[in-house]
Amino acid sequence: MPGRGARAAIEIAGQYGDSGAMTTKRKTLLWLQAGSCGGCTMAALEQGGAGLFAELQNLGLDLLWHPSVSEATGDEVLQLFARIETGAQQLDILCVEGSILRGPNGTGRFNRLSGTQRTLLDLSRALAQHAEYCVAVGSCAAFGGIPAGDPDPTEACGLHYDGAEPGGSLDADWRSRAGLPVVNIAGCAPHPGWIVETLAALAAGDLGPDDLDALGRPLFFAGHLAHHGCSRNEFYEFKASARVLSERGCMMEHLGCKATQAIGDCNQRAWNGGGSCTHAGFACISCTSPGFEAARDTHVTPKIGGVPVGLPLDMPKAWFMTLAALSKSATPARVRQNAEADRVVVNPKRAK
Amino acid sequence: MSRLVVGPFNRVEGDLELTLDVEDGRVAEARVATTLYRGFEQILVGRPAGDALTIAPRICGICSVSQSLAAAAVLRELCGVQPPRNGELAANLAHAAENIADHLSHFYLFFMPDFCRAEYASKPWHGEIHKRFKAVEGSAARDMLPARARLLHIMGLIAGKWPHSLALQPGGVTRALDLGGKMRLLAILGDFRAFAEKHLFGAPLEQIAALETPEQLAAFAEGPGDFAAFLRVARDLRLDTLGRCALPLMSFGAYHTAEGALFPAGVADAAGAALPMGAIGEQVASSFFADSAEDPALSFTTPDMERAQAYSFAKAPRLDGRPAETGAVARQAVAGHKLVRALLGDARGSHVLVRVVARVLEIAAVALAAENWARALDVRESFCAASAAAVKGAGVGRIEAARGALGHWVSVERGVIRSYQIIAPTTWNFSPRDAAGVPGPLEQALVGVETGAQGAKAAAIQHVVRSFDPCMVCTAH
Ligand code: SF4
Ligand code: SF4
Repeated sequence: MPGRGARAAIEIAGQYGDSGAMTTKRKTLLWLQAGSCGGCTMAALEQGGAGLFAELQNLGLDLLWHPSVSEATGDEVLQLFARIETGAQQLDILCVEGSILRGPNGTGRFNRLSGTQRTLLDLSRALAQHAEYCVAVGSCAAFGGIPAGDPDPTEACGLHYDGAEPGGSLDADWRSRAGLPVVNIAGCAPHPGWIVETLAALAAGDLGPDDLDALGRPLFFAGHLAHHGCSRNEFYEFKASARVLSERGCMMEHLGCKATQAIGDCNQRAWNGGGSCTHAGFACISCTSPGFEAARDTHVTPKIGGVPVGLPLDMPKAWFMTLAALSKSATPARVRQNAEADRVVVNPKRAK
Repeated sequence: MSRLVVGPFNRVEGDLELTLDVEDGRVAEARVATTLYRGFEQILVGRPAGDALTIAPRICGICSVSQSLAAAAVLRELCGVQPPRNGELAANLAHAAENIADHLSHFYLFFMPDFCRAEYASKPWHGEIHKRFKAVEGSAARDMLPARARLLHIMGLIAGKWPHSLALQPGGVTRALDLGGKMRLLAILGDFRAFAEKHLFGAPLEQIAALETPEQLAAFAEGPGDFAAFLRVARDLRLDTLGRCALPLMSFGAYHTAEGALFPAGVADAAGAALPMGAIGEQVASSFFADSAEDPALSFTTPDMERAQAYSFAKAPRLDGRPAETGAVARQAVAGHKLVRALLGDARGSHVLVRVVARVLEIAAVALAAENWARALDVRESFCAASAAAVKGAGVGRIEAARGALGHWVSVERGVIRSYQIIAPTTWNFSPRDAAGVPGPLEQALVGVETGAQGAKAAAIQHVVRSFDPCMVCTAH
């Protein structure tokens, strides 16, 4: 989509001239919950200095309906869905939270819209046809997520992917009215900022196909690895590893940390004011990746011949082995000892 | 008689559908259903025992810490590890943050907006309430949401993130806080106190914790703050006579330390007097599941969409064969809270008013306890004991989530989960009928409610349902 930013600017200029106030056209947003735990909504509610509702308002988004927070209920909601389907109500952004459950036997009846005989499989497909943009909020809606975990009792999938395979409840070649694939805000649950910043970018007309990675995830967070910026990076560099939970060392060698393979700027953002998975002392489970639900033994690093199976994403094994051996031999005592303690036991000071 | 199907039912967690038989403008019979099934109990079976800590919290995004703690409690029993005191205190703090956040979300986002409906436009209080609590637009959310987000900074310190953390382990919590971290906790709790005292209560937390009689509560209702505004509406609408339920009240006990539980486990009768804890079983006569043992330690979950008479994905839990109500009202009745017991006693059962009052009063009680837990952290000591993986055995993790009694019944063989049964608070409260046709607590509480000209949209129905603060995603999981 060339010239996106420029086009938005022209639009703004035009309206500026008319009204004397800087306004872009407001966008409508509908949020559906399918096979979800509601956690993505809970995360989104953490966003915004004056709260999520003020944030959406300021970003030019009008909430048509959200099941957890809106007043409209029962028939009022069904009428809204009908207006969208007849085209009487413009739908700019459709957010879907939760896996799409196709079971049992492709009927979708494991997830029925209450008060109706309609399944969420059917409803989400139908409303997606009318949306300028369709957003999968969370790894469930993106790829299937935890409900798709073995034995996948409900035939769960994402909107646009079934695990890492293109094509979920919507066909692989499906595109929204504005020409975009489903925008996948992966994460279980995603960072509140990933959610609201993606919506803001869509509202501003600033998110195009080039801003997404190969799995539809916005690159502003998916262009990083969760490992980048981890507070344990010095331990990683020296392969000074934690042996048990609550030790300060790197968790890649023994405790199952997958952050060198997981996308996300998880350790460059503050979660809940300043946390992150690895900062709090537990392994990254790569919750932004399709299929993360299939993993076994969360806090054990799978190894072959003593070497971790999951090496950093784009690092040749031989290089990794050589560097690891070298850095282990050069580890300062401070790093070695602190790695195996739950607090700093040796303070930094100049070597003699 | 006419039959009404109510849904989509919003401002609850998850998917809720009511079927009401209405006679002469009153509910004669009610059936409550959850219309979503994800199969967590099936997904947990066959996995390494420790992976319950990865899967179970994801049952529910609103009580994720509670699910973690229930799973951790079973594993603790199976590996025989004892968390150090700091580990217990830090887990209590994370749990308190989640539970208070849930109580706030319920009061401000789910429950109060119903009083803004046009149905009440002629009420003298409508203007004030509408301005403050109108869904999405009201001024209250602009005060509450930032306060909630700030309170959840406790998760950033202890749990890494919320929802869905792996910090809560059988041996304690995975991060040892340093002195700065402890001080940050106290600062966050100080900010929360400021919000609660200014906006929610208009009074010091200690004064709220000291409310003991309905007369004191009535006097408090004349003061400032959002809780007092609710009490005035409740008095006008006689919410103490709405949604009455006279079943045993059950609590599994909450916030454990070496000194015992802040709120003890137990059962009280509908007026608040103590009863012995009975045997727990789950029935599926009205549920889309195949027959299995009633004892959750022995049963398995297999969906059966063709089951005759089935109308919900929730099972029907029973305490000594009877339905039971759980939640803040049960927790406080069992704990002997004088005001809650008095409100129950006056009505010989629970009702919309006491359910909401118990929840809001608990915000003050738990915030005060949390300040003490934070102060009691000894940052020179450990926060986590190393624990081996669970290899074999069976156990039960019983805890209190914000919405009441949560239990995980688990058996493990050769390190792998053999069976995993979950009974969540709303499974109790929003239980369908059992094999004897006995309705669950909400189904009983709805009988007799006036629907009047509004039919399915009657605000009274909305108040009764939401007074339980249902979490439907937990209910059927
Ligand atoms: S703990 Fe994980 S994220 Fe942190 S440095 Fe080690 S591998 Fe990277
Ligand atoms: S660090 Fe890993 S598990 Fe944690 S949020 Fe990021 S991708 Fe998910």
